[in-house]
Amino acid sequence: MGSMKEIFNSLFLKELLKGMSVTGRYFFARKITVQYPEEKTPQSFRFRGLHALRRYPNGEERCIACKLCEAICPALAITIEAEPRDDGSRRTTRYDIDLTKCIFCGFCEEACPVDAVVETRIFEYHGEKRGDLYYTKQMLLANGDRYEDQIAKDRELDASYR
Amino acid sequence: MDALMNFGTGIFGGAWPAVWTLIKIVLIVAPLMLGVAYLTYFERKVIGYMQVRIGPNRVGPWGLIQPIADGLKLLLKEIIVPTTASKGIFIIAPMLAIAPALAAWAVVPFTDSLVVANIDASLLYIMAITSMGVYGIILSGWASNSKYAFLGAMRSAAQMVSYEISMGFSLICVLMVSNSLNLVDIVNVQDQGRFAGWGLSFLSWNWLPLFPMFIVYLISGTAELNRAPFDVAEGESEIVAGFHVEYSGMAFALFFLAEYANMILVAALTSLLFLGGWLSPVGFLPDGILWLFAKMSAILFLFLWFRATFPRYRYDQLMRLGWKVFLPICLIWLVVVGVWMMSPLNIWK
Repeated sequence: MGSMKEIFNSLFLKELLKGMSVTGRYFFARKITVQYPEEKTPQSFRFRGLHALRRYPNGEERCIACKLCEAICPALAITIEAEPRDDGSRRTTRYDIDLTKCIFCGFCEEACPVDAVVETRIFEYHGEKRGDLYYTKQMLLANGDRYEDQIAKDRELDASYR
Repeated sequence: MDALMNFGTGIFGGAWPAVWTLIKIVLIVAPLMLGVAYLTYFERKVIGYMQVRIGPNRVGPWGLIQPIADGLKLLLKEIIVPTTASKGIFIIAPMLAIAPALAAWAVVPFTDSLVVANIDASLLYIMAITSMGVYGIILSGWASNSKYAFLGAMRSAAQMVSYEISMGFSLICVLMVSNSLNLVDIVNVQDQGRFAGWGLSFLSWNWLPLFPMFIVYLISGTAELNRAPFDVAEGESEIVAGFHVEYSGMAFALFFLAEYANMILVAALTSLLFLGGWLSPVGFLPDGILWLFAKMSAILFLFLWFRATFPRYRYDQLMRLGWKVFLPICLIWLVVVGVWMMSPLNIWK
């Protein structure tokens, strides 16, 4: 009896019509396309985009060259060289992130004890020739200076979860 | 019309009939090509809508210039001929694919007088011409000298041959009840009968008494066109793009045009054979070419709907459907129609 029912169903294309009714319904459904350059999807304050190196309000750079980020980076994208500065504090002489290697996992940010290296919400950047995406310390610090307001706000929003 | 004929004879003299035929050909092919271009646009739009997207909308208002941009792009692209390909056949194959798709339109009537060649065996002509289309595909696959193209061509050939049989049987039912191979007559016969007398002519059309054949024809038509869900000839996931994997530029565009021109052709044939062509569905509205276009659009929409809904058939399932399901259904219904016509219940007298 069951097989008769099966034959009946397949002969009258029951499942196929069911499928078509689903797509037919979606034909009239509200479209969820985001018209990208004009519209954007909302971002989390934990969004992991372009990196930045932050400074303290007095202008002193936060990074203390502990190299935890370099150690944890799974893609080996971070290169750090450090020396004691004239005033005796330990600072980086070189801090490079190769964004072509970076996988944007956010471990560097998590590892940093002083919130120096962070990932910003910026994801619309590009390079036009080989090496453009190799970010040096100056470029990262410049990113930090430029987006400090947004970065500070995002850290504040995240503070209660940390 | 007479004035036009006299004017033409005055200018071209004895060559006028040939020139007039050429004009008629252009009058059919040009709108057809435009239809093909916009069918691709509507395909993208409809499938987009069914996937909760909005489809192309950047080139021109609502993306309406998109097909023109695509056409220009394909025109300007380089045609790459693989070094191991058989060059002559490689170039001829796309032409062989598109020629039948266009030639079949010679006998397709748009109203009872608007037809390029109103020949008595037009249905036979269409069957003969459309089955030529498979040569383009086989030759392109063979000449490409590539295994994917070859596999695609083999699949396509086997598929087209299998489905042509059930398609042919469903056409036999139609010509049995209409007692004619002439497409104009086939449509006109559908305007007779009890329901047409009551002004409900859409119940007199062939789709109702021949309903199983209508469905078989529609599905075999989809298979014949190598359209989803029967597009194993292209099968991106297993054989890249099938028979046209080595083609680029305008040569590829010709295959594309052929596929879509064939889609429109099958839609036109289905409307003519089963849905009463240019006949109005109800008595109080006049017949006309617009009805034909409306019916064709509905069937084309169905093809797009199929593509948005169904996953591709596995190759053996495809063959099983053609040989073990459709063929028996056709044979049974052929007998049923025969008995029906011989019985006192015959509705086609």
